[in-house]
Amino acid sequence: MSWFKRSKENISPDSIKRELPDGQWVKCVSCSEIIHKSQFEINNWVCTKCDHHSRIGSREYISILFDKNTFREMDKKMKSGDPLKFSDTKNYKDRVETTIKKSGLNDAVKTGTGRIDGKRVAFACMDFKFIGGSMGAVVGEKIARAIDKAYTSKIPMIIISQSGGARMMEGAFSLMQMAKTSARLARLADNNIPYISILTDPTTGGTTASYAMLGDVIIAEPNALIGFAGPRVIKETIGKDLPEGFQRSEFLLEHGFIDLIIPRKELKEKLGSVLEYVSNDLN
Amino acid sequence: MVNNILEFEKPVAELEKKIEEMRKFGDSYDIADEINKLEEKVIKLKHNIYDNLTRWQRVQLARHPARPYTLDYIQMICTDFVELHGDRLYKDDKAIVGGFAKIDNQKVMIIGHQKGRDTKSNLYRNFGMPNPEGYRKALRLMKLAEKFNIPVVTLLDTPGAFPGLEAEENGQAEAIARNLLEMSRLKVPIIVTIIGEGASGGALGIGVGDRILMLQNTWYSVISPESCSSILWRSWDYKEQAAESLKLTANDLLEQKIIDRIVPEPLGGAHKDPLYMAETLKKILKEELNKLIKIRPERLVKTRLEKFGSMGVYEE
Repeated sequence: MSWFKRSKENISPDSIKRELPDGQWVKCVSCSEIIHKSQFEINNWVCTKCDHHSRIGSREYISILFDKNTFREMDKKMKSGDPLKFSDTKNYKDRVETTIKKSGLNDAVKTGTGRIDGKRVAFACMDFKFIGGSMGAVVGEKIARAIDKAYTSKIPMIIISQSGGARMMEGAFSLMQMAKTSARLARLADNNIPYISILTDPTTGGTTASYAMLGDVIIAEPNALIGFAGPRVIKETIGKDLPEGFQRSEFLLEHGFIDLIIPRKELKEKLGSVLEYVSNDLN
Repeated sequence: MVNNILEFEKPVAELEKKIEEMRKFGDSYDIADEINKLEEKVIKLKHNIYDNLTRWQRVQLARHPARPYTLDYIQMICTDFVELHGDRLYKDDKAIVGGFAKIDNQKVMIIGHQKGRDTKSNLYRNFGMPNPEGYRKALRLMKLAEKFNIPVVTLLDTPGAFPGLEAEENGQAEAIARNLLEMSRLKVPIIVTIIGEGASGGALGIGVGDRILMLQNTWYSVISPESCSSILWRSWDYKEQAAESLKLTANDLLEQKIIDRIVPEPLGGAHKDPLYMAETLKKILKEELNKLIKIRPERLVKTRLEKFGSMGVYEE
């Protein structure tokens, strides 16, 4: 819980805007607008000019969604093994260690329980900055345990996906995490416990082809890349340019694969209303 | 067949050719001894080569164009095959075939990826790369099997789910995800066998089951060695290293406890003696089926959940 007690007070969207310190400017990656960091945070890391939803991590999503000081992290110390002794241009072990140091995260997902508008939920949120948000055994196992928590406590499950897919460096083990998590979700469904899947930019590969697409309700952030195969691979396969907006949230909504697109600033409120419908008899 | 000789098989092919030529002169010269010696040498050489294949060489064998495919196995193993078509939603995918069949007296629902043998049939089968409708057809057949209490046998052999425009529009990811969820709770036994290539989600989409078998010269992993090479080394030239790193052979996966059993292949690969291969697979499928059909559905589903739940290595 240490991260939640940071001295920096105004990380939470509802906190009061304070005096702007110097040199704290960020540039929107989409429209190049210069925005003050604290302004950016208050706006949930969404560009004030073009509405571009900047990529954020589990820490930020927790601050956006959860009632203050209610989130309790699970399996915080779980770290990747190196079952294949995998090595490419780097050893996998070194890659993981470097990433842990650089990101301050132990792997590509944070899991736990907490309250959203007073309702207790089990939660998992992926982090793209940890090896592309890739799903290896740690991600699979932590998500499976979070689902188990939802199952035993009879509380809704929420997963925020943000992932390039299964992690290559754990070979077939990574692949099997898709089956592991999907099987746990099947048990959850059999017991009428709701699961809400939230897709953010990007959600592709094995992550999409398992828990991301299995929500009772599937929500996406605007303009997120969501698909199975990556756009580059598809382009190479068909030998043609891809249509505008291909594999974006709006495209998936149009084709019937997600329920709704919700801008980040409305996420907590809308999620709360969905939860009210699906979790009435649970607690 | 001449074109189908792999690089590492060339010494064997050369020796066999030499024996063949000597046989032609067999009448005029007394060279039986010489031929016998050479034949012994060939067998020794074969063992030497095929018992010590590198991982990349096994990948090549798994892709050998003469290997038996799903419909070949169905023909050799099953009787009374009734092929069933279509996903009832959109289309009939030719890259996944399936239907009712009997293995001796045991009714099964047999489903597998189907590759083609030449350009024309490969285009027809989309090189064994399914679209969403293929996974949805497979699921429809599995639910049908469940309804009538018939065990499911799946045969995996795909270079991957098709990365196409329509496939994405029609929900490739959703189709695979749905299958993983439904297969994990299907109330009849499922036996999965990798008969060639087990490439990633495209393979796993019909690959969740109670017993996972792998033919000796096949591969199963999260990505193909070529794609892995292109992503991690940023070049297509490191496929051999990628194959080594991915540890994707039957022996590797048995060691990783991801599969339950290896189905031995004839010396040189399944295609060297397809009938013998099919006989071996049939025998093992029957053994496993006989064990599984005795287990109550609830127990089966629970054990399946635990089986996949235990896969993965991490530190706490």
